Amino acid sequence: MTMLFLIVLIVLALWVIGAYNRLIALKNQVVNGWKQIDVQLKRRHDLIPNLVNTVKGSMNFEKETLEAVISARNKAVNASGVKETAAAEGQLTQALGRFFALSEAYPELKSNQNVLQLQEELTGTENKIGFSRQAYNDIATTYNTVQMQFPTNLVAGLAKAVPADLWEIEDAAERNVPKVDLGFGKA
Amino acid sequence: MNGTNLWDQQASNRRRSALLVAGFVIFFAWVGFGGDLAFWLATKDLPPHEYHHTIPWLGLLVTALAGGMVWFAWAKGSDRVLWAAGAREVVEPRGLEEKTLVNVVEEMAISARLPKPRIWIVPDPDPNAFATGIDAARAHIAVTEGLLRALDRDELQGVIAHEFAHIRNLDVRLMTLLAAIVGAVALISDGLGRFLRGGGRISGGSSRGGGSGKGGNPLAVIVLVLWVITLILAPLVTRLLAMAVSRKREYLADATSAELTRNPAALASALEKLHAHAAPTRAIAKGAAHLCIVDPLERRINEKEGMLGDVFASHPPISQRVTRLQGMAYMYAKKEGRSVGGPVGQDVG
Repeated sequence: MTMLFLIVLIVLALWVIGAYNRLIALKNQVVNGWKQIDVQLKRRHDLIPNLVNTVKGSMNFEKETLEAVISARNKAVNASGVKETAAAEGQLTQALGRFFALSEAYPELKSNQNVLQLQEELTGTENKIGFSRQAYNDIATTYNTVQMQFPTNLVAGLAKAVPADLWEIEDAAERNVPKVDLGFGKA
Repeated sequence: MNGTNLWDQQASNRRRSALLVAGFVIFFAWVGFGGDLAFWLATKDLPPHEYHHTIPWLGLLVTALAGGMVWFAWAKGSDRVLWAAGAREVVEPRGLEEKTLVNVVEEMAISARLPKPRIWIVPDPDPNAFATGIDAARAHIAVTEGLLRALDRDELQGVIAHEFAHIRNLDVRLMTLLAAIVGAVALISDGLGRFLRGGGRISGGSSRGGGSGKGGNPLAVIVLVLWVITLILAPLVTRLLAMAVSRKREYLADATSAELTRNPAALASALEKLHAHAAPTRAIAKGAAHLCIVDPLERRINEKEGMLGDVFASHPPISQRVTRLQGMAYMYAKKEGRSVGGPVGQDVG
């Protein structure tokens, strides 16, 4: 009888350890997924002042647009947490979109190698943000599902697991215009 | 290939790679030990003081050689393919085109959730691209200079995603081993053929002189004939294998590319542009044709449907691929904004 009790206890303990470790592993993957996005966001924030400085001379008349980009960037830099960051970055994407749309009217910008380089960098960074966001949302969804499912949810408190926020695109405008590329790089 | 999900594709490619390697070694063992057998049969009835072929040194030697070549194909196959194409690696991107290429590869690595492969540029004006490597950790993507010039950013993304599909489902392993082995078999067969023709003349005289007395062993003759036939057919068989293996994979990789970029229309227009440049891709050798996104030799057979095309063509007709991709583009447009996480390409191919 004691033997049986011991065996049940050991099996139970093994299961708790397994479930706990799975939750911790998932949590770390979520954190890592977020870091991958963060790297790209930082890169974008660093690129924008360069861009603004490069075009300042040629785009005197579009001061408001440039200022909108700068203020959106500063807001995004200071944002913290998934939801706030997602919203601020969405704003920044839109401001950049407007900026590049306006820059179409300046032929000297289209032939400026620096501007083209910066635009390519921004496009690449934006795409990377988009794809990292998918990866992050996928792993966060798995993590959330696992910690809510029975019987793993019994261990969730022990592993200090709380549901991770998804990066949602709230803005319909951003959903439809996810790109910076205006195709003046190549025909 | 029944299963079209990733796991099935990977399993199938692992199995086929193993079969290919096994077939290759068995072929060499047959060439070696078969030769020994013929020699042994021919010499076993000779009087005791003459040479008796009792130790199968030819078989041992040739099988060891095959093992060495398999190791070489595994360890250095992708290097050889890249070297044969004259590719140079992009380490630090120079200029806007290379920067774009590197960015697009990094984007697709994130999308496919694979490590970033090494990037190569082939100095050839004809647009084409291929991937090579043993697995995702040791993969390479190569594009021609013509490709960078001809495609816009979205189209380039589609092509790179297509190559990532080949890497992810381990097509690259099978293709790279095949490229290395096709090359090796062609080389060996040529060399042995020359040796036999040259050697036959020398030994022909002596064997006729000695053979007339003993009448020869009919079994030895049969084994010898079989042996020679295998030698002649081997390069043909491997070449056919390389062609047959590639066709369905291109459809699958196109579908995966659409899944990775969410933009099948861009790959469709890229394929049309690649097709419009009718010039063959000179830098890419015949043995590596099956690796490329479009056939570098622009063979007409690819446009054929049905049995003939399935057996002899290395690539499906471009028009078919474009039609399928446009169908996917339509499906994407229809569920605009809806969840796009599902593997859309699964009902195709």
